[in-house]
Amino acid sequence: MAALAARRPPAPLLLAGIAVGGLAALPAVYLAITIAGETTSAAEAVFEPRTLEVAARTAALVAAVTASAIVLAVPLAWLTVRTDLPARRLWATLTTLPLVVPSYIGAYLLVSAFGPRGVLQDVLEPLGVEQLPSIYGFVGAWLALTLFTYPLVLIPVRGALRRLDPQLEEAAGAMGRGPGQIFRTVVLPQLVPAIGAGGLLVALYTLSDFGAVSIMRFDSFTREIYIAYQSSFDRTEAAALGAVLVIAMLALLALYARLRGARTYHRAGPGTVRPAGAIPLGRWKAPALALCGAVVVIALALPVGLLVYWSTQQLGEGVAVGSVLGNAGNSLLVAALAAGVGVIGAACVAVLAVRYPGRVSTLVERLGYAGYALPGIVVALALVFFGTRVALPLYQTLAMLVFAITIHYLPLAVGPLGAAMLQVPPRLEEAARGLGRPPLEVFRTVTAPLVASGALAGAALVFLHAVKELPATLILAPIGFETLATDIWRQTSSGFFEAAAIPALVLLLVAAPPLYLLSEKGTVTS
Amino acid sequence: MSTSSKTSLALAVALVALPVGACGNSEEPGSGDDPSTPGITVYSGRIAPLIGPAIDMYEQKVNRDVEVRFGDSATLAAQIAEEGENSPADVFFSQDAGSLGAIDAEGLLEPLPRDILERVPARFRADDGDWVGVSARSRVIAYGPEVDPDGLPDSPLELTDSEWEGRVGWAPTNASLQGYVTALWLLEGEDVAREWLEGMVANDTQAYESNVPVRDAIAAGEIDVGLINHYYVAEAIAENGPDYPVQVHFPPDDLGSLVNTTGVGVLASTDDRADALGFVRFLLGREAQRYFAESSKEYPLIEGVEPDHSLRPLARIPSPPIDLSDLSDVEGTLELMRDTGAL
Repeated sequence: MAALAARRPPAPLLLAGIAVGGLAALPAVYLAITIAGETTSAAEAVFEPRTLEVAARTAALVAAVTASAIVLAVPLAWLTVRTDLPARRLWATLTTLPLVVPSYIGAYLLVSAFGPRGVLQDVLEPLGVEQLPSIYGFVGAWLALTLFTYPLVLIPVRGALRRLDPQLEEAAGAMGRGPGQIFRTVVLPQLVPAIGAGGLLVALYTLSDFGAVSIMRFDSFTREIYIAYQSSFDRTEAAALGAVLVIAMLALLALYARLRGARTYHRAGPGTVRPAGAIPLGRWKAPALALCGAVVVIALALPVGLLVYWSTQQLGEGVAVGSVLGNAGNSLLVAALAAGVGVIGAACVAVLAVRYPGRVSTLVERLGYAGYALPGIVVALALVFFGTRVALPLYQTLAMLVFAITIHYLPLAVGPLGAAMLQVPPRLEEAARGLGRPPLEVFRTVTAPLVASGALAGAALVFLHAVKELPATLILAPIGFETLATDIWRQTSSGFFEAAAIPALVLLLVAAPPLYLLSEKGTVTS
Repeated sequence: MSTSSKTSLALAVALVALPVGACGNSEEPGSGDDPSTPGITVYSGRIAPLIGPAIDMYEQKVNRDVEVRFGDSATLAAQIAEEGENSPADVFFSQDAGSLGAIDAEGLLEPLPRDILERVPARFRADDGDWVGVSARSRVIAYGPEVDPDGLPDSPLELTDSEWEGRVGWAPTNASLQGYVTALWLLEGEDVAREWLEGMVANDTQAYESNVPVRDAIAAGEIDVGLINHYYVAEAIAENGPDYPVQVHFPPDDLGSLVNTTGVGVLASTDDRADALGFVRFLLGREAQRYFAESSKEYPLIEGVEPDHSLRPLARIPSPPIDLSDLSDVEGTLELMRDTGAL
C-alpha cells in the first residue's frame, strides 16, 4: 500500500475525480453560501436545545436501522449465495426487491397493515385483541426504514461473497475449523468492506429520508429541515440544519474509512477466482427458508399485495390509466440516464480513492457523498440556486434533472465500485502497465472487467433510487414532464392514497428488472 | 377523482369552450400542434385536477399556452425565492396565504391593480395589494359516525376537555393548522394559544402529517374528530356518496371556523405582465370562480357566484376578524408549538 500511496494519479484521472467530487459537493456549497450571510441566526438554529434533542433521536434511529439492516442482510446474502437453499435464485431476487418500494409508500402500507384499525387489527379483533401497540414513532420509522433499505447491504455483501476465493475457506476447513468458525474468522472479515459500504448507505439514507419519518410521525432531523422550509420559510435555519447533516455524514465516512482500514482484501496468488461449492444446510434448511419467507412476506408480499388489491379496485371503478405508460417511460429515461452518468462519475471517484489514496482522493470521495446525506429538497434547491445563476439555459431541462439525481445518488455507485476495486489485485494492473499498456487501456482491459459486477450493482442502485425520486423531479423537471413518482404524489396529495396504487405498482414493475438482473448476474453456477 | 366527475368536468369544459369555438378560429383543447403563442408560466401549489380545467378555459379564451409547474405551495415559494430575478414563473398560485406572504416579504411580488383587488372582499387579500385571494376554505371540526353531533364543542378550545382525550386528530406540520394557531394567538393572546396547545398535547391529540390522513383516520375509526378544512370532507362526500362516515361541524365560538384563502400573485420578474394580470383576472372571473366552487367545494370570492348548495353560506360561517396577511408570520407560532411539544 505504501508504494501505491506514493504514486501520483494521472492528471486526467485526478481532474475528472476532482470535477466529479466538486459537482457532487454543490449542495454542500449551497448550504455554506446560504449560511455565510446569516451566521448568527444559523448558529442559533443549530444550538437550540431542541435541535440537539432531534439530533440525538435521529442518531438513535440511524444506529438502529443500520444495525438491523446488517443483521438482516448478511445471513440473507450468505444463504442466497453460498448454500444449497432451495430455490436460491428466486430468494436472491425476492429478498432484493423490497428496495424498489419507496419509503413513503412502504411506510403508508405498513400503517395500513399494522396501524390502529389496520388490516392486522381487523384480523385479530375476533380473537380479542382490542388495540395493537401503536406503530407510529420510533418503532414504525425503524421498521419501515430497515425493511426497505436492508437490500443496500444485501447487494454489496452478495457481490463480495461471490468474489470471495473459496481457497481460503477450504484451507481453514482443512485445518479443522468448523463452518461457523470459518464464517466468523475467514468469510466475515472479508465482507467487512461490503458491509461497511452498504451500512454506510443505509445510515446516510436514514439521515436523509423524509417519506417514512413523516408518515410514521417520527421527528427526525430531515423532518425538521422540511418544517423549516415549508412552515417558517426560513432558509437559513434549513441550511444550518442541512450543514449539521453534512457534518454527521463526514463523521460516518470517517468511521467507515477506519473500518475499511489498511487491510488487503484481494488475492495475492495467480489465477482467477473459482466458483465456490454450495454449503449444505442440512437441518437448517427449514429455519433458513422461514427467515427468507418472513422477510419477503413483510417487506414485499404485503406491500405488493395491498397495491394489487387497491389497483384492482381502481380498475374496477374504471380509473383511466392511459398516462401511466408515458410516465413510466419518463421514469425509465431519467433513471437510466442517471444510472449511466452515475457509474461513469463514480468510476472516476472510486479508482482515485482506491488506487491512489491520499488527501486529495479522500476529499473527493467524501465530497461525493454530500448529495446523498442531504434530503432531496436541499439537493434540488441547491441546483435551483446554481442553475438560475450560472446555467440558466439548462434550468429545468432534462439534463439538469438527470444531473441533480446523479449527484444525489452518486455514492450508491461509488460504494459497490470501491468495494469491488478493493478486491482487484493491484499487481494485475501493474503487470499490464509493465507490459507497456497506457493507464486508460489498463483500466479498460484489466480493471473494468474485474469490477463489472460492482459497476452493475452501482448502476442498479442509482437506477432504483432515481426511478422513485420525487422532490428534485418536482422542482427541476421540465414543465409537464410527469414521472410515476410525480403521478403518485399528485394522487396522494389530492387525497386518495388508494388512487396512487396503479402508478406505485407500475413503479415496482419498472424497477424490478434491473434488480432481477442484479441478483441473477454472477450467481454461482454449480 | 372518479370517472364520473372527470366526465362531467370534461363536459363542463366542452360547454364553456363551445361558444368560444363557434365565434372564433380556436382549436381543440389540448391539441398538441397548437399554433397559439407561448404564454405565461404558472407555479401552482394547487394540484392539476383542481386547476387544470380552469387553465384549459383560459388557454381557449386568450389562445395562448399556459405552462404550469405543480408542487407543494411552500416548496414552490422556496424555489421562487432561490430563483430570484431569474424565475421562469410569471404567476404564483398558492394554496395558502403564508407562502404568498413569504415571497412577498422577499420583495418578489408585484402590486396588483385596483380593479383586480376590488373584486374580492378586503379580508381575502394582502394589505399591500401584492396578492389576492381566489377561493376560501373554512377550518372545521370533522367528526365520525360514533360522535353525537349535539355533543360537539362550540369552540375548538373545548377540544382540550378530558372527554376528548385521545379522540382528536390534527396536522401540526400543516400550514393551515399553524395559521390557525397564529390566528388564535392574534385573537386571544399568546397565553391562551399556549394553554390551548398544552391542553391539546396533554389530551393525547393524535398528530398526522396532513389533513387527508386526519380525515381518513376519522373515517377508519382511529379517532373521532379532527381539525381540518371543510372541503376535504365535502370532496370525500362527493366522491363516496352521502353515506361517507365523516361529517362537518362549524364551531361558532372563539376562533370559530376560521376562514382562510388560496391566493395568487404576479412576480415582479415577469416578462409578460399583461398576460399574467389577464390570468389573475380570469381566475377572479365568473367562469373560473364557478368552477372552483363546483369542483373543489371551496367558497368562491367574487360577488354573484354562489358556493355549493351543500355548504353553509360563507356569511353564516362564524369566523373571527383576522387579517390573513398577518397569518404568514408563523415564526413565533412555530416556537410556541415546539415549546409546548405540539410540533
